[in-house]
Amino acid sequence: MHPHAIDWTIMGVYFAFVLGIGAALKRYMRTSTDYFLSGRAIPAWITGLAFISANLGAQEVIGMAASGAKYGMATSHFYWVGAIPAMVFLGIFMMPFYYGSRARSVPEYLKLRFDEKTRALNAISFAVMTVFSSGISMYAMALLLKLLLGWDFTTSILLSALIVLVYILLGGLTSAIYNEVLQFFLIVFGFAPLVFLGLKDVGGWHGMVAGLRQVAVARGFAPDAWTSTWSVMSHPASNPMGVEWISIAMGLGFVLSFGYWCTDFLVVQRALAADSMESARRTPLIAAVPKMLFPFLVILPGMIAIAATVHAGASGLTLPHKADGQLNYDMVIPLMLGHYFPNGMLGLGLTALMASFMTGMAGNVTAFNTVWTYDIYQAHIRPAASDRHYLNMGRAATVVGIALSIAAAYAANRFNNIMDLLQLLFAFVNAPLFATFLLGMFWKRTTGHGAFVGLIAGTAAAAAHHGLTLPVGSATGIKGGWIEVLHLYPSQMAQNFWTAIFAFGACFLVTVAVSLATRPRAEPELTGLVYSLTPRLKSPPGEPWYARPAVLGALVIAGAIALNIIFR
Amino acid sequence: MRLDIRVPIGSLFVLVGALLVGYGLFSNPAIYQRSLGIDINLWWGGVLLAFGLAMLGLAWRAAVRVR
Repeated sequence: MHPHAIDWTIMGVYFAFVLGIGAALKRYMRTSTDYFLSGRAIPAWITGLAFISANLGAQEVIGMAASGAKYGMATSHFYWVGAIPAMVFLGIFMMPFYYGSRARSVPEYLKLRFDEKTRALNAISFAVMTVFSSGISMYAMALLLKLLLGWDFTTSILLSALIVLVYILLGGLTSAIYNEVLQFFLIVFGFAPLVFLGLKDVGGWHGMVAGLRQVAVARGFAPDAWTSTWSVMSHPASNPMGVEWISIAMGLGFVLSFGYWCTDFLVVQRALAADSMESARRTPLIAAVPKMLFPFLVILPGMIAIAATVHAGASGLTLPHKADGQLNYDMVIPLMLGHYFPNGMLGLGLTALMASFMTGMAGNVTAFNTVWTYDIYQAHIRPAASDRHYLNMGRAATVVGIALSIAAAYAANRFNNIMDLLQLLFAFVNAPLFATFLLGMFWKRTTGHGAFVGLIAGTAAAAAHHGLTLPVGSATGIKGGWIEVLHLYPSQMAQNFWTAIFAFGACFLVTVAVSLATRPRAEPELTGLVYSLTPRLKSPPGEPWYARPAVLGALVIAGAIALNIIFR
Repeated sequence: MRLDIRVPIGSLFVLVGALLVGYGLFSNPAIYQRSLGIDINLWWGGVLLAFGLAMLGLAWRAAVRVR
């Protein structure tokens, strides 16, 4: 890959705009609410695009293309099953409590609904997680830039950290949101021509399908294994993912998906910045529309790259191999950028990739500084200071958060195993969360003690399940089976899905049991926090029928069902 | 009034679109072998330019309405 002056110019223009947006927003940052919640003044279409963009980090883009090559069309389960239903649920049923309670963060909702210890547990684990995620994002970017452009590891890290630091310090959450919207358009406009050229190269859609049928047969699967989503899910052995439909529907579609989209403050924060309850509720619903179409932008390149390996007459796109002889699926996107894009477009493609790395970092940093300032510092260290003080603390937390991310990036570079271990621990902590929120919002009898003990039980169950099971062909240790191997799963993905199902189940049952044994809070205290004790929202006068959250949600669900049927 | 996000987005895409169109017009056609013989800079640059102008148009209309 050889960028020319034109490519560097395009990248330079982008960086100038990123910093310019931060500088232009500086004068609007007067209170801590401006800084952490954009003054709750952003229209729904912007928060909606930011909501989806905050999730569309570069690891997602590169990882989904890699999965598209590895597993084919079935990767879209992560979108049409593993995202859309949860996003609709968040907008219609949960947002009234998040936005309506005036909680400034997800942990703060837990404080309002339950108690201080449940909030502390969630806030601390979330803060640690965001720092590491942002560090991993930085690390991945540095590795890629080293490979593509020959940049030095430290140069990439410091440059990206500095840019993110400046624009978050200046413009807070608004800066992050505006840049996420910009990144959304860059990804769409940077990748759409890649998909177009790739498809044209392998002989159009039909050519790609023909190539993928050959690939599937050569690897011992049914011919449609790479081009279907549901029809090969009857048994783990019949699809390259090694999973069956129950774990897709329950593990991915219910526990993991609702746990992420409905409780992760990184995405929910975008909705809390909305200018009204209606906008907050529409945020995830608007986000669901592009989310539904993203498989065609991020998964299709992987399918094209694999089809190109067998399609005669293609322009010679070939995936490189890793040292162990396996295909290096993570190279799909970088490889295709270099293969199809001439100078000029190459600059746009690289800019889109860098933008998604940086917004991935920035999203974590803005979530971190908010949770640190409101849920840890204000709650436990210095409760009654002036708003000005918390605004300054937020800025300080931004600097510290980025410094810690840099440290995490270096740690990831030196000790790869530690990062795998941490990600595993985060998975244990996150797995049971949705049970707590579901019970908290929809069962008024749930108590703080119940929620707290339930969360710990769920995490313990996740760890125990992981320690007792192992994917076929793996060594015991980080992959599982570190207590004793009682059960073998056909794939790591199947093990992950079932770990989540067990964690959710344990958290749900223990929360219910402990809640029944402890004293519930008085009902009047729970107005606005629990479904049955909150008056129904009325639609504002003059709102057209098609803009109502329930109608939008139904349309989005209908679209997702249609896609599942068309690509079954 | 707040910064209308459509202004920076529109300006960025107008600028990048114009750069690509210009480069597409004057670059050596041999580089388009990669993109299967299509002058993707010219065509896609045009799309970006149109999108950027549309964003700026929407921002301008909103600003006029407020006044």
